Amino acid sequence: MAHFKKKQAGTKQEVPTSAMPDVVFMLLFFFMVTTVLREVTLKVKIDLTKATNIEKIEEKRLVSYIYIGPERLPNNRLGNDKVQIDDSIQEDIGAIRQIMYDKLLEEQRMIVSLRVDESSEFGLLTDVQEELKKAQTFRINYSTKSEATRN
Amino acid sequence: MLLKKRERESAEINGSSMADIAFLLLIFFLVTTTINVDTGIGMVLPPPLDPTEEPPPVRERNLMKILVNETGLIMMDEEPTPITEVQSKLIEFIKNPEASEELAISPQAAIVSLKTVRQTPYRIYIDMLDEVIGAYAFLRNEAANQNFSRDYSQLNKDQKEVVDDIYPKKISIAEPDPE
Repeated sequence: MAHFKKKQAGTKQEVPTSAMPDVVFMLLFFFMVTTVLREVTLKVKIDLTKATNIEKIEEKRLVSYIYIGPERLPNNRLGNDKVQIDDSIQEDIGAIRQIMYDKLLEEQRMIVSLRVDESSEFGLLTDVQEELKKAQTFRINYSTKSEATRN
Repeated sequence: MLLKKRERESAEINGSSMADIAFLLLIFFLVTTTINVDTGIGMVLPPPLDPTEEPPPVRERNLMKILVNETGLIMMDEEPTPITEVQSKLIEFIKNPEASEELAISPQAAIVSLKTVRQTPYRIYIDMLDEVIGAYAFLRNEAANQNFSRDYSQLNKDQKEVVDDIYPKKISIAEPDPE
């Protein structure tokens, strides 16, 4: 019967997709900005230790890393404790001073993040710290994982 | 008669595949992104000491000497201490609630000196440092609650400075003795 013609909404059924590229581009830019592509290849083994009272480093741009841990050798063997800065292992501890000083000149507010393997000895770390003192890079951060609070 | 037969091609670039390209890039960055926050214990190293200069005198009672050996045994002011008691002992030393002659004159004067040996594993050293930082965090939180009735983490910058002045973090990392 013509009287009972089904009423249909006048609107179209499709979702407008014309704005989709814009949305996707926005997401894309977000991830492009947050991505840190420059990861170093570690030549030393780093297992970070845990600590309770830690703080976050908010400004990652200021951070430069020093890695200390047993050297990775072929066949999954581990060698002696070594210091790695950027992509190379520094055999000469005394050279660290110049490297860190050059970095400090580029960024005055530099924070040195020390990523040290939990089982490496304090002696090497203290040698590196002495060099950092001489290079005037005083802001350091002992990188640790977070541990659930005890009590 | 020269009639133009060819239809004009449209001058626009076909934009329909743009979304696909953007998606592809988006997925690439989604996969490669690692949003990991760096966490750690922040410290400020002292300037190098001039070997000809004498270190400034510190009164014995204001100095808490913590010695840690390579097996993780702790001495606090010549007393062996289990690690579970380090924090409470430090808090007592810094605050000195009973104004004892042995402990720090004031929280401002208190200095915690941490000394270890070269063979100490990093893990033990960080555990110790964590305890010291924890003691200060506790005290600062307490002071924040007293003065501003809020936790330390919720204070603004000026208020934090006030609390930091009450309990300045004076931690000295002593060099280990050469072998």
